[in-house]
Amino acid sequence: MSLIKLTAIEALELMKRGEISADELTRAYLEQMDRREGDLHAYLEISRERALDDAARPGADGGPPLAGLPTGIKDVFCTRGIVTTCASKMLEHYDPVYTATCVQQLIDAGIVILGKTNMDEFAMGSSTENSAFGPTRNPWDLQRVPGGSSGGSAAAVAGGEAIWALGSDTGGSIRQPAALCGVVGFKPTYGSVSRYGMIAFASSFDQAGPITRTVNDAALMMQYLTGKDPLDSTSVEHPHGFSIPVDQDLAGAKIGVITKLVREGTDPDVESAFETAVEAMSAAGAQIGEATLQHLDYALPAYYILAPAEASSNLARFDGVRYGFRAAGAEGITQMYEETRSQGFGDEVKRRIMLGTFALSSGYYEAYYGQAQKVRSLIFQDFERAFAEFDFLISPTTPTPAFELGEKADDPLSMYLSDICTIPVSLAGVPAISIPCGVTLQGLPVGLQIIGPAFSGKRVLQAARSAEIAIGFDKVSPLIEEDV
Amino acid sequence: MSLTHDDVIYVARLARLKFDSRELDRYVEQLSGILDHIDKISELDLSEIEPTSHVLKLSNVFRDDEVRPCLSQDEVLANAPEVEEGAFKVPPILEAEEPEA
Repeated sequence: MSLIKLTAIEALELMKRGEISADELTRAYLEQMDRREGDLHAYLEISRERALDDAARPGADGGPPLAGLPTGIKDVFCTRGIVTTCASKMLEHYDPVYTATCVQQLIDAGIVILGKTNMDEFAMGSSTENSAFGPTRNPWDLQRVPGGSSGGSAAAVAGGEAIWALGSDTGGSIRQPAALCGVVGFKPTYGSVSRYGMIAFASSFDQAGPITRTVNDAALMMQYLTGKDPLDSTSVEHPHGFSIPVDQDLAGAKIGVITKLVREGTDPDVESAFETAVEAMSAAGAQIGEATLQHLDYALPAYYILAPAEASSNLARFDGVRYGFRAAGAEGITQMYEETRSQGFGDEVKRRIMLGTFALSSGYYEAYYGQAQKVRSLIFQDFERAFAEFDFLISPTTPTPAFELGEKADDPLSMYLSDICTIPVSLAGVPAISIPCGVTLQGLPVGLQIIGPAFSGKRVLQAARSAEIAIGFDKVSPLIEEDV
Repeated sequence: MSLTHDDVIYVARLARLKFDSRELDRYVEQLSGILDHIDKISELDLSEIEPTSHVLKLSNVFRDDEVRPCLSQDEVLANAPEVEEGAFKVPPILEAEEPEA
């Protein structure tokens, strides 16, 4: 039995029955890291000793509900006792004095933290190439990117370096890398999971969620992630909670295909994997129709005003005064600010700060930021109308499979376009999941996105579980296959 | 829209960033390209549309104004680049000349 292929639910069952121990399980993952981390670079920090200590705790197997599950945590989450860098030189040695609420909830439920996973700097990017500490590679093809910004989390789960992982999604940063790495990624409704201790990128979009091998594992992690947190006033008590989906078909489910997201620019292999998935869902009883969201073409432009605007404001805190990097040798405070920020931030982060600062600047605020907020209303209404007709909406998660390292590095706009299918959902704040639905001729995984109305996460996961059964995707990355 | 070098220098100053001339050329080109794409929203008539700043439609969230445990002074200062007598230390804030863009 290969321990690095298990799902979280299978591992819990085996630990409960005493067939494996938390220590064995954790060691299996650490050993896979010894073999593969040199190629993958899924982690920025591996907390080996802490993981082994946690796994050896009395009651580690069979005590708390998630006891003994070896977990990767995206480095956007503050973890007391483990350096938290957000993949930025700005926070290279930052040692948080508190832990993010959602991470603490998982710790209280018994997880073993293997380490902090790589990401695009400050979660800005779609390939993990913007990490200040070097890119992560895709376990299915080491010449390709794992997607981003939660690329380290997705690569770790797909490459056998974590049984599951925590990610964060602003415009697609959980769903897109999950799709490119052939794993499951769920972005909950905005407000479901506390943002306290998650380093802010765009506060009206940011949301934490699971990256897992199965839909049921995502549902399991969600049970311990949600909740109203007095430390995040935008968090709310999830009205329906989460439960592990049951095996059932899609009979009666009304599903709308967002046809506009399957179009020119969509890779033919992605399109055909998507069509096959739609047929499988139809055969499982779903009523498939075409959904029209009138203003989709305006989603990307609106997002690239709103998210950078919020980022430019959030990242003003990195000024070399209270924590993080400070450039040496400045004679006055203005020079210190400018040197610190210019040396501490990478290119993409500076680009977004510049875009956001411009969109909020006097004379342009109304034309850009104000108008983009109105476009957000239109997109929100588009989704409301679509959900009056359909229970769920679906699309490919990404227009193409994983691209090669360096392929889009000098062309920011083409990189932004890789999130074209996930960004509209983020503007509306509704929940969505990506599940693997096939592979391209070259053997690269393709993701199917299933979207539901606000706070319908429990139903989205149920539908995703049914779709997962109907589609029957059973491939794993060569890094897991070879090591069996 | 296209940005000029002066536009980019002005925005950089607002953002407390500094670019050398090579970076400046690159940002002028890239930001102009991105703004061209963004300008697509000017096609829409948005005069009757209310803005959305937040999807949850939350109104103000209040709590009682009561003292709660918080980080200690040592913890707050633990990651500071420079500390003196329990305070953050910074370079002189009164500068001879405010650099003009």
